[in-house]
Amino acid sequence: MAVIDRAAPRPATEGAFLVNASGVRQVYAKGDNADLVVLDDVSLTIREGEVVGLLGRSGSGKSTLLRIISGLVKPTSGRVEWRGKPVTGPSEGLSMVFQSFALFPWLTVLENVEVGLEAIGVPAAERRRRAIEAIDLIGLDGFESAYPKELSGGMRQRVGFARALVVHPRLMLMDEPFSALDVLTAETLRTDLIDLWIEGRLPIKSILMVTHNIEEAVLMCDRILIFSSNPGRVAAEIRIELPHPRSRLDPVFRAIVDDIYGRMTQRTPAEKEARKGEGALPGTGIGMALPHISTNLISGLMEALAAPPYGGKADLPDLAGTLQMEVDELFPIVETLQLMRFAELEAGDVTLTEAGRRFVDLDVDARKRLFAEHLLAYVPLAGLIRRVLDERPSHKAPFTRFSEELEDYMSEDFAENTLRALITWGRYGELFGYDEHTRQFNLENPT
Amino acid sequence: MTMHHPALEAGRRRTFAPNLWDALAFGLLFGGLILMVHGGKETLAPLAALDLAPVSLDPAMLPEYALRTTMRMLAAIVASLVFTFAYGALAAKSRRAEMVLVPMLDILQSVPVLGFLSFTVVGFMSLFPGRVLGVELAAIFAIFTSQAWNMTFSFYQSLKTVPRDLDEATRSFRLTGWQRFWRLEVPFSMPGLVWNTMMSMSGGWFFVVASEAISVGDTTITLPGVGSYVALAIKEQNLAAVGWAVLAMLAVILLYDQLLFRPLVAWADKFRVETSAGGPAPRSWLLSAARRTFLFQRVLQPLGAMLAAVPRQRLSFSAPVSQDTRRVVESAWTSRWAEGIWLALVFTVAGYALYVIVAFVATELSLPEVIRVFGLGVLTMLRVIVLIALATLIWVPIGVWIGLRPRWAQRVQPLAQFLAAFPANIIFPFAVVAIVRLGLDPDIWLSPLMVLGTQWYILFNVVAGASAFPNDLKEAASTFRIRGWNWWRKVMLPGIFPYYVTGAITASGGSWNASIVAEVASWGDTTLRAHGVGAYIADATAAGDYPRIVLGVAVMSIFVIFFNRLLWRPMFTFAGRRLRLD
Repeated sequence: MAVIDRAAPRPATEGAFLVNASGVRQVYAKGDNADLVVLDDVSLTIREGEVVGLLGRSGSGKSTLLRIISGLVKPTSGRVEWRGKPVTGPSEGLSMVFQSFALFPWLTVLENVEVGLEAIGVPAAERRRRAIEAIDLIGLDGFESAYPKELSGGMRQRVGFARALVVHPRLMLMDEPFSALDVLTAETLRTDLIDLWIEGRLPIKSILMVTHNIEEAVLMCDRILIFSSNPGRVAAEIRIELPHPRSRLDPVFRAIVDDIYGRMTQRTPAEKEARKGEGALPGTGIGMALPHISTNLISGLMEALAAPPYGGKADLPDLAGTLQMEVDELFPIVETLQLMRFAELEAGDVTLTEAGRRFVDLDVDARKRLFAEHLLAYVPLAGLIRRVLDERPSHKAPFTRFSEELEDYMSEDFAENTLRALITWGRYGELFGYDEHTRQFNLENPT
Repeated sequence: MTMHHPALEAGRRRTFAPNLWDALAFGLLFGGLILMVHGGKETLAPLAALDLAPVSLDPAMLPEYALRTTMRMLAAIVASLVFTFAYGALAAKSRRAEMVLVPMLDILQSVPVLGFLSFTVVGFMSLFPGRVLGVELAAIFAIFTSQAWNMTFSFYQSLKTVPRDLDEATRSFRLTGWQRFWRLEVPFSMPGLVWNTMMSMSGGWFFVVASEAISVGDTTITLPGVGSYVALAIKEQNLAAVGWAVLAMLAVILLYDQLLFRPLVAWADKFRVETSAGGPAPRSWLLSAARRTFLFQRVLQPLGAMLAAVPRQRLSFSAPVSQDTRRVVESAWTSRWAEGIWLALVFTVAGYALYVIVAFVATELSLPEVIRVFGLGVLTMLRVIVLIALATLIWVPIGVWIGLRPRWAQRVQPLAQFLAAFPANIIFPFAVVAIVRLGLDPDIWLSPLMVLGTQWYILFNVVAGASAFPNDLKEAASTFRIRGWNWWRKVMLPGIFPYYVTGAITASGGSWNASIVAEVASWGDTTLRAHGVGAYIADATAAGDYPRIVLGVAVMSIFVIFFNRLLWRPMFTFAGRRLRLD
């Protein structure tokens, strides 16, 4: 086994500052109207010797923050410093591990690992030696001449790690590095990485990782920043003092996970007032961005909630575990239920409402009617579409009639997604039809 | 510390004994080099040498002619590649350049290739007065124009669609622009580029044949090559010689395919960005042979290492100015003013160019003439439409039948590709003889020549589509007893449509091009002439009448542009949006 200069992790309160970011704001302009604020007034520091996690749901801007720190993306405003100097482009001493691995398919494992060294002009012999060291360290011996497409997902991500480590960065950035892997593989990689880290065998000083998996964050990080969505802000900062190796079954571990679930579903008092009963979905009224959730998932979750052991009320981490879903997948469904008054969400617990319980007991046609009723009553956009169709003599309206109106409130992609969700729900509730060919809403109902 | 590692030790274990593959590789390499030197020497000869050694119909001369023709093809491919890298990269990297370069490329693509030839031959000859090189360059340029545009488009498209994660990886590892280009951008665009080069090449044979016997006005040049051999055979009414030329061409294309493109395609397979291995990888006996050689590999290793070092260099270009100066220049460059100046410049130049064209054409030509040429354009368009429709009716059912039978498809597919590459103009004389003997109407019977070479694109694309048709859909169709017309309409035609459109676009583009040589055909002293804009351009070229050449070429380009925009592009979008099977 090769040994790389040891960097024993020190308590994070002592280490020198690596990253110092303050007041970071990222806005995507979208023409004339309201801009899309991805990050709002975010500050963070990273010291040598710590593993920091950015935890949040998709759309909370945590990946954008990672890219801002790495210098790949320039923030709209705010200060980012890397080792005391302002960041102007990709900085030296940083390297990145990608969710999708981002390996060059035309290079072998060895060549992929060497790429980062070529960029800084390391001589060939030295390059080869260091690449092989990194490959050995990460457990890829014997795969040097393989092409990425010959490897399994887990092996590919190991190449991603080796490539990031070989340049001996001070800070390794990881963008959801385990989320494209299956459960078993991800767990193996996590523990391997943490083992190397606590043994001080990684040639790095600190790790910053983005994740939406709460348990993963608690398992690996010394410090977790929890992001709220729309716009992305740091909602809370939690320090995890548990010693490694951490066990998921440890009651303290469970308590921390529960606590984070609670924080992630909790709303500030101001938000509660503004969005009473509308869930945590961004926007209000017609300008609400809706997640494209299939009606099967909606009714499936209601059935799961109504059935034993839950009987109508469930603890979110528990439910996520039973359904083998991640926060990212579960939250939008729960919020859709909340929006339509089929369920209520409070402090990490989800409870079926009266209507939700009734829905579960009904047959297919009656379910559709109840769904349509709630859709019209609680989703303003559904009401608008129906009203426009009723008013027009032709009972037809083009897709763009609504997407353009939505774009006053949100980005093009969100508008498209929201309307797609509405089309699916409207079709299910038989409120209106949609012809993809002509891109028109209509009132026709093939019977 | 001693290192023990398989990757480091791999080099030590080898023996030095050459093997059979080495012998083969050496033969091929040195044979090729000698031939190249021989072919290249001739191009530097003075023009008069062409008159001293006129093209002869002796079949023994054909190998040499074939070699000269092949060298032209090679030169054109190299030129096209250089152009592709420069133009494509510029268009993809600079937003301002993109504004101008992309539409220009679109128009260039629509201009008939032989139209370029009419313009450029005189220019190239005056660049190298009295040397064969000038004429050679004109011919090479003609081939270049048949290849460069779609290669460039393919490269540009690839550059614009580089996966975001790979892009971020190169940036976060701080690769320089040079390293990025060779490590990411070129490899990523490789599969598309190789495929397009191959397609361009098969079109190229047609134009190399057409461009070797050039005559513009009084200037008549015949470059030694298969094309001029055929031209002479036509003049001397020697049908047997045409037969020999066909054989020579068959051999050349076969060799080209086996020695150049098969290995290239098999090699380029590793550049496909697919995470999972799908389908059988393309193979080439030559590439496998080269990879198995021992000595050969060792001899080539330094060369390979040198080539491999190119992408590793950290070349980056930055002017030796201070940070502040750079910032000022940058902000000026991206300001609103710079944008306005650039736009004004583009519009001024475009306006002036338009004025030049109108002024040039108007010196000699009147409005009625322009209208007449548009009428001729309609005639040619009718031909293209009818012939593509006929080819569709014939080849779609046949293609589907073949494609559904994998054993057949395996054999027919290379044959169809081969036929598409074969320059149809070589066999025109046979058709012309038939028309003359039987006294047929040239307006109708010359037309099929236009699709003679291009119909195969429809066939092999349909075969590919039918072979790729998912098995479960086939089984679903048969368990639900969907048969007859319903089967075609609901099952098969939608399934192959995207493939068909791809083939038909290529076929129709090729047919427009072919009309310039197909609407006027001769056999000895007999010249058959059909009415159409192709014949108009051909006649104007023969007469050296530049205003008419410009008019004819411009009109044909306009027709092609509208044909593409109004018919093919909507169909292509529709196929992409609604009928994709993945």
